[in-house]
Amino acid sequence: MTRYIRRAAAFCLVLLVALLVNAARVQVLQADALDANPANRRLAIARYHQPRGAIVVGNESVTGSRDSGQQLRYERTYKNGPLYAPVTGYASQTYGTTLVENAEDAVLSGTSSLLSVFPLWNDLTRGRHSGGRAVTTVNASMQQAAYAGLGGKKGAVAALEPATGRILALVSSPSYEPGVLSGTGRAVESAWSRLTKDADQPMLNRAIRGTYPPGSAFKIVTAAAALDAGVVTDVDAPTDTPDPYVLPNTSTTLPNEASGCGNASLTYAVTVSCNTVMAGLGVKVGLPRMLEAVRKFGFNDTKLRVPSGVAKSNFDTRMSPDQLALSSIGQFDTTATPLQMAMVSAAVANGGDLKYPYLVERTTTSRGTTVSTTRPRTYQRAMNPATAMRLRQMMIDVVRTGTGTSAAIPGATVGGKTGTAQNGVGNIGSPYAWFISWAQADGAVRPAVAVAVVVEDASANRGDISGGGDAAPIAKAVMEAALAARP
Amino acid sequence: MTAPSAADTFPPELRLPKRRGVELFLLVGAVVVVVLGYVAVGLARTGTLPPDAARYAAGLGLLALLTHLVVRFRAPYADPLLLPIAVLLNGLGLVLIYRLDLATPGSRAAPAQLVWSTLGVGLFLVVVLVLRDHRVLQRYAYLSMAAALVLMLVPILFPPVNGAKIWVRAAGLSFQPAEFAKILLALFFAAHLAANRNALAYTGRRVWRLQLPTGRVLGPIVAVWLLSVGVLVLERDLGTSLLFFGLFVIMLYVATGRIGWIAVGLLLASAGAAAVALFEPHVHARVTDWLNPYATIEAGLGPSQLAQSLFAFAAGGTLGTGLGLGHSVLIGFAARSDFILATAGEELGLSGLTAIFLLYALLVARGYRAGLSLPSPFGRLFAIGLASILALQVFVIAGGVMGLIPLTGMAMPFLAQGGSSVVTNWIIVALLIRISDSARRPLPVVETGVIARPEAPVEGTVK
Repeated sequence: MTRYIRRAAAFCLVLLVALLVNAARVQVLQADALDANPANRRLAIARYHQPRGAIVVGNESVTGSRDSGQQLRYERTYKNGPLYAPVTGYASQTYGTTLVENAEDAVLSGTSSLLSVFPLWNDLTRGRHSGGRAVTTVNASMQQAAYAGLGGKKGAVAALEPATGRILALVSSPSYEPGVLSGTGRAVESAWSRLTKDADQPMLNRAIRGTYPPGSAFKIVTAAAALDAGVVTDVDAPTDTPDPYVLPNTSTTLPNEASGCGNASLTYAVTVSCNTVMAGLGVKVGLPRMLEAVRKFGFNDTKLRVPSGVAKSNFDTRMSPDQLALSSIGQFDTTATPLQMAMVSAAVANGGDLKYPYLVERTTTSRGTTVSTTRPRTYQRAMNPATAMRLRQMMIDVVRTGTGTSAAIPGATVGGKTGTAQNGVGNIGSPYAWFISWAQADGAVRPAVAVAVVVEDASANRGDISGGGDAAPIAKAVMEAALAARP
Repeated sequence: MTAPSAADTFPPELRLPKRRGVELFLLVGAVVVVVLGYVAVGLARTGTLPPDAARYAAGLGLLALLTHLVVRFRAPYADPLLLPIAVLLNGLGLVLIYRLDLATPGSRAAPAQLVWSTLGVGLFLVVVLVLRDHRVLQRYAYLSMAAALVLMLVPILFPPVNGAKIWVRAAGLSFQPAEFAKILLALFFAAHLAANRNALAYTGRRVWRLQLPTGRVLGPIVAVWLLSVGVLVLERDLGTSLLFFGLFVIMLYVATGRIGWIAVGLLLASAGAAAVALFEPHVHARVTDWLNPYATIEAGLGPSQLAQSLFAFAAGGTLGTGLGLGHSVLIGFAARSDFILATAGEELGLSGLTAIFLLYALLVARGYRAGLSLPSPFGRLFAIGLASILALQVFVIAGGVMGLIPLTGMAMPFLAQGGSSVVTNWIIVALLIRISDSARRPLPVVETGVIARPEAPVEGTVK
């Protein structure tokens, strides 16, 4: 019997060894794969176990945190949520993250290896860093001026510092409170369905994701193309364009809102916004050179990131001459984001050197030690410096004597361009009112700001909607805030 | 303790040490480990010492001291490892259940488990005090068989809980009769096999290469086995069924030494398992879950309990997250019972898990040791039966929650929440204490100085 007992004992030993080997298999060999399984909640629990790092505007955090006592513990709160929603985006336990919350998630949630002084030490101790901070380029007073200027009307504002590409304001209206999406549960779900089903699309970031026909504001691009291509050599010389202008190979005539556009000079055409002259110039420049020009401003770029993705601004690559003529005055299939049009204005203000726009100045640890810094870099040389000089003057004339006089600011040089874009097939929708501009304080070396404003208020009387009437005062308020912020 | 008067006549090398001091020392160690674990959970979860830590430590210490004193005076030669291991495992189980209670404020199980553990210790004391010699039990072989069958049949009358009809509910209390039945079955097998092992091994007809014993000897065994397996299939408790079957095969093999029994047993087990896996949906689901624990994730239904358990083990890694710092509560409703080992795996890591497995292995090894040292076949078989119950149960449930074998609902001995389980395990330890006391007790000396082995008179008393 003893022999059999020993064998039975050996069998039990085999069972024990099987358990130990299996435990090692699960806990050592498969551990990483199991940890990374998307259904494993531990990552999310660890991620929300500590407060998320702050998003900073100026010197102040525009975000906060509350301890929900739930499994996914710390939920994001926002100060002035609707105002900064187009900058911060939301950080939701249920619906993920967007915009800066998304782009800087690794730093904000504390998972970035950059936050660690000794990376290996943290791997060993399984310690987590407290969430770092993302310092934005946004200027609080300009952001507020833009938001107040839109006053709840549908529209957007984008403002840039021309010399650097820093985004100083990014406003979309109507907006929403991103804090209602923080956390889990039924309240969050109902807020989500309310926001996503809202016909006004409050969660659409119109400043970088909304695309609109730019209308006459696009004439700056066409003028730049004509000057760079040598189609126009003297800005004050008459151009060979009849009024009205018959679109090439069609019998359709293109009218003007302004008078005196027949054979008008480029300067006059920009100042009072002649459709005929600019359409004719676009056709004379031709599609290949127009495409080259718009590319340099950022049109047709699908990869622009600020660091969130920016919607593509479109200029068709295949067009008949009549379509090219319409496109050259910002109609047909031409669309642009407000940020794109701010870039157009910034390129002119900055002597043709277009800087890459960015929204996050730097990231720091929770204690304020800088982890990374965004440095200004050139996006493209959008036009020759001489062209930029001439366009600057034309935009100044627009504000001084043309369609944009309501944007004039005493003590500063302001350049601008209005736009009123037709909307919808057969122009049945309310037109979009555009205004793009820049401002330079008298005596300052560089322009302080370039702004693009679009207002798409469907309830307004069509006659009242115009770039000069609706959009220019908002741009003016933003520019004044920018000039006041600079010493 | 004073040495017995006959001590002087012993050759010195035969005077077995009692090792009660070792037991006391190990018990103190076990209590310290458990109290430190309790404090660690409190510190990790709330940042403060648990307010009742001192009271808890005192209560546990007193209970351990009481068991030690009873063993010291009533079973002085008992194996000194059994009691400390039981105290350590039960205490660790309480810490883990308390820790899971903190994560689920709505439901608390630790107080009830503490009451059941105390009751288990009480029954341990009763068994050690009342049962003077394990051989007495041999008389009750057929009574225990009948009792075991009744216990297993009773739950059929009660509604199923979570798919298995293994519970008896009365007056707000619920318990699993099969837990008690396993001791009774081990007792019956031990007694019956001890009495008939020669008949099983050497007599009867020969069919092909198998020697079949006579129906008179084989009959009761087959009847009990068929009934238990049949009833358990009806009750959908694959784990207990597997446990009984394994117990049956091991004891039969140890009694007869015939490898043929194992072959037949394995064949029957495989056939039975295949049939049950095919036709019983509850079991079928378990097998498919085992084959692909992540199927529900791929189907977009979220992780299954088994997948959650594997996540927990993986999160522990080598050193564990630390007591109170894991998230095994994600496993859901069975986290405290069937899946308690996942909490141990996550918070204590592979190192802690290995320690727990080694504690069980030591317990089992000490049971086998006691069996080997005993002269009588009944005592040997009974000790090995009890130890095998522990070994099989640990393997079935630990293998199940770690994806080694299909999951079957069973309680991790001492560790898991469950009143009937903890009480039964304390009785098993009490019986092993009693048996090991007999095994290590100095033998009476006859005039010639030759040590007599009281084997002969005991044989066959079952008839």
